[in-house]
Amino acid sequence: MGKEIIRIEIDDIQIDTEQGTTILEAAFKAGIEIPSLCYLKEINEIGACRVCVVEIEGVKALQASCVYPITHSIRVFTNTERVRKARKRVVELLLSEHNRECTTCIRNLNCELQNVADNLGIRDIRVTGERKSYDLQTENPFIARDYNKCISCRRCQAICSTIQEVNIYAPLNRGMDTLIAPAFMRDLGDTNCITCGQCVIACPTASIAAKEDIQDVWAALEDEDKYVVVQTAPSIQVTLGEMFGMETGTIVTGKLAAALRHMGFKKVFPTDLSADLTIMEEAHELIERLKGNGKLPLLSSCCPAWVKFAEHFYPQLLEHLSSCKSPHEMFGALIKTYYAKKEGIDPKKIVSVAVMPCTAKKYEASRPEMGCEGYRDIDYVVTTRELGRMIRQAGIHFRNLQDELYDMPFGVSSGAGAIFGATGGVIEAAVRSAYAILNQRNSEMGLIDFEELRGQRGVKEAKVNLGDKTIKVAIAHGTGNARIILDRILQGDHYDYVEIMGCPGGCVGGGGQPILGRRDYKRISLDYRHNRADSLYKIDMHSQLRQSHNNPDVKRLYAEFLGKPLGEKSKKLLHTTYTPRGSYF
Amino acid sequence: MITSIEMLEKIRDDAKKKMAARLDKAYREKQYDVLVCAGTGCIATESEKVRKALLKNVSEKGLESTVRILKTGCFGFCKLGPIIIVYPDKTFYCEVKEEDVQKIVTQHLEKGEKVTELLYRSLKDDKHKETIEEISFFDTQKRIALQNCGFIDPEDIEEYIGVNGYFALHKVLMQDTPEKVIEVISTSGLRGRGGAGFPTGKKWSFTYHAKEEEKFVVCNADEGDPGAFMDRSILEGDPHCIIEAMAIAGYAVGAQKGYIYVRAEYPIAVDRLEKAILEAKEKGLLGNNVLGTTFAFTLELRLGAGAFVCGEETALLNSVEGKRGEPRARPPFPAVSGLKQKPTLVNNVETLANIPKIILNQPDWYTKLGTETSKGTKVFALAGQINNTGLIEVPMGTTIRTIIYQIGGGIPRGRKFKAVQTGGPSGGCIPDEYLDTAIDYESLNEIGSMMGSGGMIVLDETNCMVDIAKFYVEFSQDESCGKCTPCRIGTRRMLEILRSIADGKADMRDFEELQELAQDIKEGSLCGLGQTAPNPVLSTIEYFKEEYIAHIQDKRCPAGVCEKLKRHKIISEKCIACGLCHKVCGFDAIHGERKKSPYAIENEKCINCGACFEKCPVQAIERG
Repeated sequence: MGKEIIRIEIDDIQIDTEQGTTILEAAFKAGIEIPSLCYLKEINEIGACRVCVVEIEGVKALQASCVYPITHSIRVFTNTERVRKARKRVVELLLSEHNRECTTCIRNLNCELQNVADNLGIRDIRVTGERKSYDLQTENPFIARDYNKCISCRRCQAICSTIQEVNIYAPLNRGMDTLIAPAFMRDLGDTNCITCGQCVIACPTASIAAKEDIQDVWAALEDEDKYVVVQTAPSIQVTLGEMFGMETGTIVTGKLAAALRHMGFKKVFPTDLSADLTIMEEAHELIERLKGNGKLPLLSSCCPAWVKFAEHFYPQLLEHLSSCKSPHEMFGALIKTYYAKKEGIDPKKIVSVAVMPCTAKKYEASRPEMGCEGYRDIDYVVTTRELGRMIRQAGIHFRNLQDELYDMPFGVSSGAGAIFGATGGVIEAAVRSAYAILNQRNSEMGLIDFEELRGQRGVKEAKVNLGDKTIKVAIAHGTGNARIILDRILQGDHYDYVEIMGCPGGCVGGGGQPILGRRDYKRISLDYRHNRADSLYKIDMHSQLRQSHNNPDVKRLYAEFLGKPLGEKSKKLLHTTYTPRGSYF
Repeated sequence: MITSIEMLEKIRDDAKKKMAARLDKAYREKQYDVLVCAGTGCIATESEKVRKALLKNVSEKGLESTVRILKTGCFGFCKLGPIIIVYPDKTFYCEVKEEDVQKIVTQHLEKGEKVTELLYRSLKDDKHKETIEEISFFDTQKRIALQNCGFIDPEDIEEYIGVNGYFALHKVLMQDTPEKVIEVISTSGLRGRGGAGFPTGKKWSFTYHAKEEEKFVVCNADEGDPGAFMDRSILEGDPHCIIEAMAIAGYAVGAQKGYIYVRAEYPIAVDRLEKAILEAKEKGLLGNNVLGTTFAFTLELRLGAGAFVCGEETALLNSVEGKRGEPRARPPFPAVSGLKQKPTLVNNVETLANIPKIILNQPDWYTKLGTETSKGTKVFALAGQINNTGLIEVPMGTTIRTIIYQIGGGIPRGRKFKAVQTGGPSGGCIPDEYLDTAIDYESLNEIGSMMGSGGMIVLDETNCMVDIAKFYVEFSQDESCGKCTPCRIGTRRMLEILRSIADGKADMRDFEELQELAQDIKEGSLCGLGQTAPNPVLSTIEYFKEEYIAHIQDKRCPAGVCEKLKRHKIISEKCIACGLCHKVCGFDAIHGERKKSPYAIENEKCINCGACFEKCPVQAIERG
């Protein structure tokens, strides 16, 4: 049964709208953008900030349009003196307690509060007074918290609880002391935060922001004694362009390599290569487990946010996790061992930088397990946003760069490695190789696109034929969706192989990606994720090489150094262990 | 288990016999019911000790067969606690101490002679009053919601049945359709006593018409206004009337489950409610077959953790669900989507307390009381600068003057009335020019205040209106849930301006900003609390603007309250040069020549402690 259609009038524009639609959404359809701050469509609809107030004929009080459901024909006025006055006052009040250091703020020119203040033409804050003055929280390596910039919109809380189901944030205290914070205002590093950074993306200001490692990287690049190498995650090539005003999903692989080289990195490698390596290890692990050596289902482990989620909330499933390190860590381990030896460089001099779409990778790089032979696998992780800023700092005209290639001996990667950056990509890549490995031949498998494993549905399941064996796979992205599959596993449902990515959409929706900062975040982020993922699949489609096990660089790596997948060296360098953690801290 | 009218009647009639000393006007036997107030107020003045001493003395004298010592709820005259009443004589003893008990027992309960010195002494004629009926405090009162408070033992269900308790529930279950019950309530004109005055019948009707299987009835007992204790007294003194009313409401709107949300700071009320619910269950008045019918209704208590905002109905529902008490956006209203997203009827304690009486007495009995728009009575808690602090219930339409001067006994120490604050942090201050306003929902709104839940705080010339506004705004800011911007930050900004006015640091521009900001907070806030938080500021500005101006322009606090602006001055013409002020001053700030020349205060040395002001025998010292 369809919903009743109601004709309403907004600013003298007649519009037909479904019963139950909010005024804010109906107005948007009528071409009117009602300003808002706390609103995130379908994620945070609470009418708290009061920026989106409107007048309704016959209703005495102003109403928050983001939560006012249309149940009958009404006349709405979104731009009256009364409305403008109320909105201005609200934003002025927010600004009156806000740390307004805009020009030095990490969200300068990308801040929703700034935008709203500008759109409303606020030139003066009539009533000022005491401001918040909390110490910055910068103890953990991934996310910095500045309570002095919090506008209590609760979008972090909403995304963390409804999408990720991690529930780190809640309102504390009352009155002006109200804070949206982890319990007892703990530093995120002392909570069960999974470090995914979705709150960073949802925050309209810089109250929650990723930690920056830019200065350290520049310092390393300046240091003549250091040999600085960089790797770029598969998704960076389809998102970095957004930092320079390019369309979402623009593929900038060549410009990315060129920019990094220009900035002074000695070698520029694609993490896609080590994604291929991960597939080799993980596909063999799957095969072993299918043979009865180890627990099924095998759970993917390339997302550190998901790994931490499992450690906190599903410690009983840790044995199911693949022991593979995530691709960038594998790469890091190889650079300071195999590559250093091969090129005759003292590993002590190597500084290994990873450009990641992710705040969790910053955390992961700091895990004590992630080192070998006395070296950290990765020295610095910078996000897509940080790289964009560094390129701007370097004065590089990114759009005009001539395409360049990645460096040898790791410059070759497969399309399978590229699609790691989208939800479903790991399983698709692994299945392509597992089939070949199991059946001892190069199959046509790599040329088949597993459409049922792709797309933005939260939970995907499929049966995949691996020759004599059919396996059941499942995919989830966003840890809220992960709970669905994990609970099914705990209830006894059978799966063979499960891929979980912490962020909605996988790495293309990562917490280190360019920030959208828009009211209909959910729809836009879906569009963005979709476009970005499409581009990864395009890269795969146009690759000569679409199967990880056929990557000549990977083959050489095994021949020259590692031996065989799951071999002694692999185990030592490329695999890791997990730690059960508490549900609260 | 009571399953028939006969069984209910039997309990009532037995109880009536036991309660004859109180109920039977022609009672002549030498049998006493001694009621000791066991409300929070009297317990605070140690009425429990008095009760225990009574029990001990009575038993020592072997009077158990002729004297019953009973607990009861609040009489309302809290100022004079502990209070006991001896029936059938209706003797009202006040400020009874443990050591007075022996005299009461030997003199009154043994010999039938009243203990004169413990009787109430009228402020008007300075005479002792023999019975409660002679006390003017009770004269103009009309007790409906408080009918049983101070009359029955709240911990004995049979006493409640003895005064026709649960007969209203029986009546609706046996004789009336839900529609009929709602019609009766609508016709009675009863409006929500929590403060906003929404017509109760309409609320019931909305919930009744919501198409859902599962519905809830919630009693809002989260009384939070400073100085208010109407609901507490009802719950402590007559818990069964709330249970009965909720069951009636459940039947009317189609709910089978009810919650009473009561503040944890009301331990006596919680305790008595728990006992009452248990007793009602045992008697079959709650449960799967209420009074032997197919109607099922159960009740649970939920304790509030002391957030003022939980008195707002949607915040209350969140709290009942175990969430942080924060208001939800309305619409949808609770009648459509309330507790657990199900249709929910939320009524205040006092509203519910009226229900059984309206059912039993018919709506036209109720509509005879009150004004055109506001029917029935209203309970008020009198506090502040008034002689008779306590709890009163008067018909709607009673004037403020009657309440303050006739019932309240006027202002102590001959001071001048300045204003009365009603409606708590949501209300305003009413000045003397409106003393003859007949109280109802509309009239109070018109003069910039509101009914609120019934707190009434009387202010005299020693109260500073800036200080009062500051107090309420501070309260609102402290209690703001922090969800919406205007209330969270706006009330803080108002408070900051008020503080600077009180400190003599504000200018007229700040004053204008304050008023504009206050209007914007009213306009923009999410819930009723934010929307009304500026009322104390706006109403004091409306009626006492010159007092604000004195603070701002003359840097003077006329009432001599604001610490930073306090000034003391000796008016030489009035000074009789007695030198008492000089003696009492601890800072050697007052000099003069005894019996010769007037004294004067050295401002540099004076710390404005006010000792001289209190000491001066001829009021020659001015403060402000």
